[in-house]
Amino acid sequence: MSRSTIDIVNRNLAKRYAKEKRFRLFGLVSILAGLAALCFLMVTIVSTGWGAFTQSYIQLTLDLDPEVLSISDPQDDDQWSYANYTGVIKKSLRERFPDVTSRRDKKRLYRIVSPGAGYQVNQLMQDRSLLGQTVTVWLPADDDVDSVIKGHIDRSLPENERRVSDKKLSLIDELVNSGQLKRKFNNIFFTAGDSSEPEQAGIKGAMLGSFFTLIVALLLSFPIGVAAAIYLEEFAPKNAWTDFIEVNINNLAAVPSIVFGLLGLAVFLNWFGLPRSVPLVGGIVLTLMTLPTIIISSRVALKSVPPSIREAALGLGASKMQTIFDHVLPLALPGMLTGGIIGMAQALGETAPLLMIGMVAFIVDIPGSFTDPATVLPVQIFLWSDSPERAFVERTSGAIMVLLMFLILMNSIAVLLRKRFERRW
Amino acid sequence: MKLASVLASLVLITSSSLTVASNRDYIEIVGSSTVYPFAIAVAERFGKGTKFKTPKIESTGSGGGMKLFCNGVGVAHPDVTNSSRRIKQKEFEMCQKNGVTDIIEVLIGYDGIAFANSKKTDQLSLTRRDIYLALAKDIPNPDGSETFIANPHTTWKDVNSALPATKIEVLGPPPTSGTRDAFAELAIEGGCKSFPWVKAFKKVDKKAYKARCHTIREDGPYIEAGENDNLIVNKLDANPSAFGVFGFSFLDQNTEKVQGALIEGFAPTFESIAQGDYSISRPLYFYVKKAHIGVVPGIKGYLREFTADGTWGDEGYLTDRGMIPLNTVKRKAVGDAVKNQTPLSM
Repeated sequence: MSRSTIDIVNRNLAKRYAKEKRFRLFGLVSILAGLAALCFLMVTIVSTGWGAFTQSYIQLTLDLDPEVLSISDPQDDDQWSYANYTGVIKKSLRERFPDVTSRRDKKRLYRIVSPGAGYQVNQLMQDRSLLGQTVTVWLPADDDVDSVIKGHIDRSLPENERRVSDKKLSLIDELVNSGQLKRKFNNIFFTAGDSSEPEQAGIKGAMLGSFFTLIVALLLSFPIGVAAAIYLEEFAPKNAWTDFIEVNINNLAAVPSIVFGLLGLAVFLNWFGLPRSVPLVGGIVLTLMTLPTIIISSRVALKSVPPSIREAALGLGASKMQTIFDHVLPLALPGMLTGGIIGMAQALGETAPLLMIGMVAFIVDIPGSFTDPATVLPVQIFLWSDSPERAFVERTSGAIMVLLMFLILMNSIAVLLRKRFERRW
Repeated sequence: MKLASVLASLVLITSSSLTVASNRDYIEIVGSSTVYPFAIAVAERFGKGTKFKTPKIESTGSGGGMKLFCNGVGVAHPDVTNSSRRIKQKEFEMCQKNGVTDIIEVLIGYDGIAFANSKKTDQLSLTRRDIYLALAKDIPNPDGSETFIANPHTTWKDVNSALPATKIEVLGPPPTSGTRDAFAELAIEGGCKSFPWVKAFKKVDKKAYKARCHTIREDGPYIEAGENDNLIVNKLDANPSAFGVFGFSFLDQNTEKVQGALIEGFAPTFESIAQGDYSISRPLYFYVKKAHIGVVPGIKGYLREFTADGTWGDEGYLTDRGMIPLNTVKRKAVGDAVKNQTPLSM
């Protein structure tokens, strides 16, 4: 009657197999759920954001008449900067549609071109020899016109429920039929700063702001982080003090980023008196935020260098300093760089700490240095998502796509570095 | 050697930034998120149309902006603050204490607050009293005993028998928002005051009156939907029985999705707000530090651009963005005060 061990095993075998199968299934389901969420996110962002990369342009023949521009003396720089550039556009529109006569309709007519298009004419006329000549140019259309062309406005609705009137629709149709209204690649999106008009708004200012901020963060956090890691890992005595520091570094990595912003406000703005909204301060704050990440990953990289390397170097008579800088560090560097790039990618997507130091702001002029006021890409996305104009919706998603592209790029560089230089022992 | 050069360049960067702090060549503006879309439009035109740099505008909320603005005189402090309400006595005193003595007040126009629902359902006609009875935390006891009870209403029909029997569900901004403050003050308090005994109560105990008449219920029907008004519009589209509270400019941009409820018989339209018929509307201001005029380049020009007829006038470009202009007489009075740089006194 005695049951051998094999009986017990056999009795439970089916149950154990089923358990394993269930676990595999759960794993598969969770991965599929994650993938589905990612797909959904990407599809919504790409489908709404795709439109941001094209923009409707209107072809107009501009008569750059000095009288309309009110430039009487071409030598006077002031007259050039205050010239009536929109006047030229209005005149051209009136000539294109001579049958629009009433004041109300004329106002509507003027609104089919972007209200900021005068700025494009201004840019064009940086070449001052154009004064008095006639040129044919493509100017950005108003965001409402753009929405009609992109099919975001439902024409079947009654006129009073639509943002675009019947009269304007007929003007748009006429321009489309004559080939003077076309969707083109949205240059402005990549070459302009922020704007209150969606069709004039771009991400160049924010991209450069992100660039300057990250440069400051990289220059500060990488040397400090690596130096701290080398000291803690190789030189520091193991005692209560260093344990305490280690615990604190690990804790700092988990502190919500807004806290670093508050610190930045109190220390750098209020105490040191640095200006608000500049990449320099943003970079310093992000340095504080990424330092723990870099220190931790650098220490891991140092730890992974096998002790035999150190021992061999020491055995051949190298000093401790020579051992570390000539032998350990070069082998640990790829891991440190990976940590640094991942830290930078984290910093690139950060908005909360920048809120406190004034980088969440409307900035049109493109920053040219570390101390010009600037915003960063995620802040630009946040600001656009909160704007009433409908055309900002697609630009928000478009900017998210650009930001994601940079993040993917940085992460793939990190992966590549690891693949290329990392040595397995 | 390398380390020394990095350190040297850092010192250089820091010192150059300090010189920037001591002479700023662009206008710094802070303040209300409601005035923000109007201010950026003006700032952009000003920046692109003149030789000055484009002003930098931070959206900090009215209260936060006032705090930064009143912190002191000098280029480290902002030159202008936007506000969706008038400066408070306390803030004015704080300004004075910190040396910000001469402040120019500019009333620029009005903003309406829409109480809107999806176009898929009928437009409602409400009074401020209906809104108060639907959304206040405590309401007067219906038995007429001049006491307060916790708000028992769950459907609009409970509030007013003429209204449909749909659940009360209102998406609105959180307490940090200026729109929420204005909504509480104009709609909730407006309805609260319509009970004569509550109004009389104001004279007896102003604090308790404010607590009763400004507090929005927290038991579910009022849902805090975040500061993002676009999000509220999208949620209304998805949930036709819900209402949303947001600024007029968002209603104006989304006319095919949402409609504003009639308040005391008036729909939130451009005309009704301008004429003062639509009751949930508020004034918009900005404040300028007189001491900075002439120190920071361009402030005078910015003021001129803002108070030009083509900007804030009846046909100006700010009206295209949903701002409701002042009437001609008021506009002239404010414009003159700006021209003479008359400081505010309280």
